[in-house]
Amino acid sequence: MTTTVDEEVTPETSGTAPKPTKRQRQAARIADAASGGVKMLLFKLLALGIIDAIAVFAVFVLVGAGQWLVAAIVGVVAVAVNWIYFSRRKLPAKYLTPGVIFLVVFQVFVVVYTGYIAFTNYGTGHNGSQEQAVSSLMASSLERVPDSPTYGVTVVDQFGTLGLLVTDPDGQASVGTTEQPLTEVDADMEGGKAVAIDGWTTLSFADVIARTDEITELAVPFSDDPNDGAIRTPDGSSGYLYLSNLEYDEAAGTMTDLSTGTVYSDIGTGAFTSADGDELLPGWQITVGFDNFVRAVTDPRLAQPLVYVTLWTFAFALISVASTFFLGLFLAIVFNDMRMRGRKFYRIMMILPYAIPSFLSALIWAGMMNESFGFINQVLLGGASIPWLTDPLMAKVSVLIVNLWLGFPYMFLVCMGALQSIPDDIQEAATVDGAKPWAIFRLIKLPLLLVTVAPLLIASFAFNFNNFNVIYMLTDGGPRDANAPIPVGFTDLLITMVYKVAFTGQSRDYGLASAYSIIIFIIVAVISIIAFRRTKSLEELN
Amino acid sequence: MRVNKKSLLAVGAAAVVATLGLAACSTGSGEADEAAAAGGTLTVWVDAERVDALQAAADAYSEEKGVEVELVGKDNADIKDDFIQQVPTGKGPDITMGAHDWLGELSTNGVVAPIELGDSAADYLPVAVDASTYEGTTYMLPYAVENIAVLRNADLVPEAATSFDDMVAKGQAAGLAHPFVVEQGAEGNPYHLYPFQTAFGAPVFGTNDEGYDPTDLQLGNAGGEEFASWLGAQGKNGTGNFNTDIDGDIAKQAFLDGTAAFWLTGPWNVGAAIDGGINVAIDTVPSPTAEAAQPFAGVKGFFVSSESENKVAANDFLVNYIGTEDVQLELFEAGNILPALSAAAETASSDPIIEGFAAVGAEAVPMPAIPAMGSVWEYWGIAQAGVINGADPVATWQKLTSDVQAAISK
Repeated sequence: MTTTVDEEVTPETSGTAPKPTKRQRQAARIADAASGGVKMLLFKLLALGIIDAIAVFAVFVLVGAGQWLVAAIVGVVAVAVNWIYFSRRKLPAKYLTPGVIFLVVFQVFVVVYTGYIAFTNYGTGHNGSQEQAVSSLMASSLERVPDSPTYGVTVVDQFGTLGLLVTDPDGQASVGTTEQPLTEVDADMEGGKAVAIDGWTTLSFADVIARTDEITELAVPFSDDPNDGAIRTPDGSSGYLYLSNLEYDEAAGTMTDLSTGTVYSDIGTGAFTSADGDELLPGWQITVGFDNFVRAVTDPRLAQPLVYVTLWTFAFALISVASTFFLGLFLAIVFNDMRMRGRKFYRIMMILPYAIPSFLSALIWAGMMNESFGFINQVLLGGASIPWLTDPLMAKVSVLIVNLWLGFPYMFLVCMGALQSIPDDIQEAATVDGAKPWAIFRLIKLPLLLVTVAPLLIASFAFNFNNFNVIYMLTDGGPRDANAPIPVGFTDLLITMVYKVAFTGQSRDYGLASAYSIIIFIIVAVISIIAFRRTKSLEELN
Repeated sequence: MRVNKKSLLAVGAAAVVATLGLAACSTGSGEADEAAAAGGTLTVWVDAERVDALQAAADAYSEEKGVEVELVGKDNADIKDDFIQQVPTGKGPDITMGAHDWLGELSTNGVVAPIELGDSAADYLPVAVDASTYEGTTYMLPYAVENIAVLRNADLVPEAATSFDDMVAKGQAAGLAHPFVVEQGAEGNPYHLYPFQTAFGAPVFGTNDEGYDPTDLQLGNAGGEEFASWLGAQGKNGTGNFNTDIDGDIAKQAFLDGTAAFWLTGPWNVGAAIDGGINVAIDTVPSPTAEAAQPFAGVKGFFVSSESENKVAANDFLVNYIGTEDVQLELFEAGNILPALSAAAETASSDPIIEGFAAVGAEAVPMPAIPAMGSVWEYWGIAQAGVINGADPVATWQKLTSDVQAAISK
């Protein structure tokens, strides 16, 4: 560690004012520290020390787990961080590094990984590697020989080779290994079970646990005829006679069903497939190119619902943005009026819906809108039976109402701030020139307001376009469209429909879901870019 | 050489960094050694509500066999997906708690290893062993069997009903407009209506020697259409005994308020009813026909991960330890669900509530775990909800059958 330390230690701001206020003193302290005091240096070293310790620990753990690439990345990043903070010149990097690291970990990685998954067949039945699929298929292909008894088993060892000392129900002991079929022997018995035999070492339970891998593989043939099956022990103390009905040929990459003779081969679809197209599941994960994207747009089950779901998604997002914005704006103008009493109280009341978690409020609304028992029908409307959530049209209206309730406080806050930043003298000047209030609002205030608010409206559009929470919690997309071939409903947005397509029933299709999310991202991004371009013209007002 | 204060500091800092680094690696390797010496660690994912119940068993096992058992409490809703995602990465647990209807999905994803119950299979309730078996192989060690039954307010109606109509008549005699409630929803709730459907002789799937047969859809047989007609007659345009606006909370409230005397629900709601001061009796589901009304049985149990490096210990822990009466009873006390081990079930049945559920459970059939069931769930409830709300029963039921058939053969 040859790095020298910053020399400029002279405090720059201390003692400039004869009697510094509390804030000034605080600022001076911070400036002092920032210019490289000894304490600050110590703090920096300690913080870097902790980070390095964590990095070294992580590298050891990762190397231990065989994750070489990740270990290398952690190492390189740790070295880079040290280099940046011990250097004298890298001032901008000192500010940027933490942010960049967090951005990469929490944003870039997630996006890139989603992109990668979109090109794989990851989902139910294609969950792990080929090796795992083979071992899982082989394990579940073991069938216990019908009516075969339970054998008492002791695991024994001879010069490093494991064997099973088997006691059959008649009390006869025999021993064998993977190579050597069972042969009858005389053994030391204990409680009707053979526990030890000359020439072999009996394994204790701890030894058995320590050699789990070998014992899981250990299959002792019952006789010279392989069709008699082999004895295996799942728990180290009891053995059962199994026959396997699958055979794996590693060189040819094929699985053969021994009972029917069907050959399943790896034809590049991520599962062993027979000549007539039957798949053996589990399969494994492979990259499939653009298959998921093609499926996303050509799925015949989606053809019909996709159109109206897309239209409704746009309608929902646009109406939500417009309704929340105008209600928020109206309230902001009203509460901005100096003549109103108790404005602070009202303002707090207005912000309350924003403070309650949105899925909680959506659930409460769902309860209030129940047709027969809901608060709205029963109490407010005196026993009316309005199908708030069960009629296709009413459900759409209800969703918009609830989203308005959830969304207007945000717009209210934003508009309030923006209105207060518009100087009063503009309004005075306009009034002096004889402009009516509506004209002042429409021609002066609204355009000035939009300069600051327009980007937020675009963000709000993007948010509502993917507003999963409200739909999922309030209607779950319902009422269901009984004619659609997939369980889609009349209030489903694209994002909730995708969720249903990719995750309904017992199948999880992460590849398809990722492809959809990329498509939705592209739609939203294109709309946002166009909208941002158009709002640029507003900026010329200032 | 001129040594100043700052270079001293720098050297000191370097020493601190190095020490921390070394300390980090020494702890890292130390932990690994310790675990290996003690004969391995079993990581078990457990429903967060049952961690305490299993803790004593886990400690006792560690004591006896020298295998550390680490219980990780997880939210029940996340266990299945987390297990499927994490097992292939090697980061998953050795054992997880779960339910039998996950089996199709777990096995299709290759994340579970078979379990051999051996001779002990005969010690379990038959429905529990059936449910733990998928395509002829046993994958789960069962610990509890759960099914729905009718909760009766014995203060309002002192005698059990003999049939569905008798139940409604008895309730109305007690002065209640709608004496029977069952949880439904805008998209129906076929799980709770299944007993009535089976009473008409329409199970979802036929069975073969490996269990449910996905190629033999029985849902749409003549009995199914009869059931649909009956359901329509009990719906909105009929007697109104079934109402899709009644969800779980509304049903519960009606029973607690005494406006309903019969509530078709599961053991998870008994506590609330007793706490609400209701004199609860458990009855079998009153059948609308002469046949028995068989509900679904959900069986809870433990799975071994296919990627576990400790399979021997995992199997030993499950089969020879969790499968004992004491442990099954301890789990029973935590959840109040009938134990899957016959001996434990008998002991637990000294409680009349449990005995009531066990009597219904004797008629229950395991909920199908085959992947084709996913396609059934997708359309089943919405069709039933449609029938309750006045859609043409037979036409709706036929469309349900053809939709499900199409989805299965897709």
